[in-house]
Amino acid sequence: MEKDKPLLKVENVGIRFGGLRAVSDVNIELYPGEMAGLIGPNGAGKTTFFNMLTGVYVPTEGQIVLNGKKLNNLPPYKITRNGISRTFQNIRLFGELSVIDNVKVAYHSQAKHTLFSSILRLPPHFAGEHEMEERATEFLKIFSLDRFKNEKAKNLPYGQQRRLEIARALAANPKLLLLDEPAAGMNPHETRELMNLIAFIRERFDLTVLLIEHDMPLVMGVCERIFVLDHGQLIAEGTPAEIKNNPKVIEAYLGEEVS
Amino acid sequence: MELIQQLVNGISLGSIYALIALGYTMVYGIVKLINFAHGDVFMVGSFVGFYSITVLHLPFIVSLILSMAVCAVFGVLIERIAYKPLRNATRIAALITAIGVSLLIEYGFIYVRGAQPEAYPGDVLPEHAIHIFGAKINSQSLLILGVSVALMIILQFIVHKTKIGKAMRAVSFDAEAARLMGINVDRTISATFAIGSALAGAAGVAFGVYYIKIEPLMGVIPGLKAFVAAVLGGIGIIPGAMVGGLLLGVIESLVSAFGYSLWRDGAAFIVLILILIFLPSGLFGKYKREKV
Amino acid sequence: MAIFKQAKFFWASIVVSLVLFAVVQFLITGGMLNLFYVNTLVFIAINIILAVSLHLIIGITGQFSIGHAGFLAVGAYASGIITMKLELPFVTALIIGGLVAALAGFIIGFPSLRLKGDYLAIATLGFGEIVRILFLNLDYVGGASGMQVNHLTTWPWVFGCMLVAILVIVNFTNSTHGRACISIREDETAADAMGINTTYYKVTAFVIGAFFAGVAGGLYAHNFYIIQPSNFGFLKSFDILIFVVLGGLGSLSGSVISAILLTVISTFLQDYPETRMIIYSLVLIVVMLYRPQGLMGTKEITSVFSRGQKLKGGKKDGKGQTVA
Repeated sequence: MEKDKPLLKVENVGIRFGGLRAVSDVNIELYPGEMAGLIGPNGAGKTTFFNMLTGVYVPTEGQIVLNGKKLNNLPPYKITRNGISRTFQNIRLFGELSVIDNVKVAYHSQAKHTLFSSILRLPPHFAGEHEMEERATEFLKIFSLDRFKNEKAKNLPYGQQRRLEIARALAANPKLLLLDEPAAGMNPHETRELMNLIAFIRERFDLTVLLIEHDMPLVMGVCERIFVLDHGQLIAEGTPAEIKNNPKVIEAYLGEEVS
Repeated sequence: MELIQQLVNGISLGSIYALIALGYTMVYGIVKLINFAHGDVFMVGSFVGFYSITVLHLPFIVSLILSMAVCAVFGVLIERIAYKPLRNATRIAALITAIGVSLLIEYGFIYVRGAQPEAYPGDVLPEHAIHIFGAKINSQSLLILGVSVALMIILQFIVHKTKIGKAMRAVSFDAEAARLMGINVDRTISATFAIGSALAGAAGVAFGVYYIKIEPLMGVIPGLKAFVAAVLGGIGIIPGAMVGGLLLGVIESLVSAFGYSLWRDGAAFIVLILILIFLPSGLFGKYKREKV
Repeated sequence: MAIFKQAKFFWASIVVSLVLFAVVQFLITGGMLNLFYVNTLVFIAINIILAVSLHLIIGITGQFSIGHAGFLAVGAYASGIITMKLELPFVTALIIGGLVAALAGFIIGFPSLRLKGDYLAIATLGFGEIVRILFLNLDYVGGASGMQVNHLTTWPWVFGCMLVAILVIVNFTNSTHGRACISIREDETAADAMGINTTYYKVTAFVIGAFFAGVAGGLYAHNFYIIQPSNFGFLKSFDILIFVVLGGLGSLSGSVISAILLTVISTFLQDYPETRMIIYSLVLIVVMLYRPQGLMGTKEITSVFSRGQKLKGGKKDGKGQTVA
């Protein structure tokens, strides 16, 4: 992958819900291997923006391009297969499935055995399932989740659920990982662990990461570049130091607190 | 002229659907539950009206009010006993319970009094017919229309001008916020069931007067169709239920008029599926997206 | 070794079921089972097919379909036409009945599976009614008075079809494809975000479920001498639904057990249909109020007996390798 060509190119993207313009005219470029943050006051349109990137919402204007491929109008599952994977603000695991099965679901689109071979229990089924099992077990070890592998996901402690959700998103083999408030509800200790984890996975999986976060120390600590959304518009972008001193950003946040 | 006659019939039938649909739509709007038992409340209302006319020899209007009152109480009882404990249960559990309650009422009723049908006496209302453009509009049609319109006007007044109506709208918008604002959510839900069930009771009496024959399973099909009417108008929207009911009645009559009377029952469900696929929020509904 | 264990379990259950089949068959040919019991067994097997086919749609994939009798009707009439009008053998009738029902499942499923929860339920209910009214209006199959059908359904046929239905659905469930379906049940948005083609799997589950309901329809039709549209109304859909709900949404063995239990109960209550309906509806309400997950929840009977094995779909284990 060429380092100087953007991995993700978001051009003039916006969306309307009825008469309401939730996000408008956002331009963002992310380069391979970059760790970027998306911040902004509540209701600024951050999650809406994520939902457009992942196909949950279809942008009403502009375009989203990943690795030269236009993604808008693709359904979410195709976008995932093209290399964007995400976590959710309110954890969305498959609660009744075991930890390892949560990961296997993310492997599903890479599975080689067909429906037909599974129903007839032909050799490709066993080979495929066996391979998935091995891969998923190895994968869970990386996240120290292997000891929970047969627990139902809903029975995991909160912090481990967050961890599993990130692991599951990575299992889908993304080039770009979107994390929607990964530290929400975590205590400082867990947050620190999470920061280490994020730094580690970026190295290990050669990823580009974009994260939404309210925890400023976390964002400033791990991100190289930060984008600021306010009222659905991109009001600033830059290094953490630049963002800290940007008068527009300070106003956006203060304005929120005063009113 | 046949066509106009069928239109008249359709409007009469449609106003019965509309009355039942109102209860569906109000209940759905407030607790997001398809109250399958609603059609059976309609049936009970019809029987209460029948007995009060034939056994108690009460005049029509008193019977109508009595039936509405009994149904209101009945509806609240159903809500309190069966639905209230399920308020935080999954939608599927609530839906299945509603189906169970519906069957329990139907077969419990048959168990107690038998399955034999009854016939409303023909002289409840003076036989009187108006002829317009060659179509015969009899007093029963006028009555149904009159009762429906009157009740809908009263309902609009309750929903928009009274305190309980305001509470109902608040709870249907956001039950949790309404509770925080000091609204008694349980009482509001009960009131919704009471009003919806009273309307179904009125529809039951009107049905009996118009179609004469009533029986314990009479509520199933009109109940389902009224639900279709509610979906057609946009579920949770009161004027939508009225329009949807009338429209469905007219559609059915037109299907009959064009010689497909055996398909009449199918028409409603075909309309339903078409609406669900192409316009899931109904004629008057707003599209709501799932929050991710 | 996990695979070896699986295979052992698989063959063990096959052997057990074949022994069961042979014993019953022996009793029938020996004249030791009277017609009443044979008929009850046939009904149980047909109801098990219906239960597991709906279990795949509701319990595994989480798509709330309450018009299953519609597929039963399509299968019944299609197979009846094959044997009575075209005079082809019974096996063709069963297969064609299943395929026509599967086609109906595709036609209705593809557009309506975009709907969720209550709306899907109502759409499928509407579909069931449309099917009934359609047959009511088709003079070719006798309209309201029904269609004459030969009695061809025998114990080996129903048992064979039941075994195939269970095997296919268990194998499907315990594979990556079944997991994809369960992930849709658990959280459709997340499944989509994990690269699962949710529409494809919803429709697939619907089509497989409809296929087996159609096969059950063929068996059902040829177990009587006449089929009528009124046999396939909403109450029939409700009968099937209650198997799945009572057994536990997501538990195949649960739906099998409740299909057996309820078939036996309703056979004894045959002469008291009102009492039966009252009991059914009370059971349903009480279960929903006090044990909404049903008898078995999402557990399987096998996981009750064997420690440490986590199963989600049935007798045979596709993923419970706990050898650590």
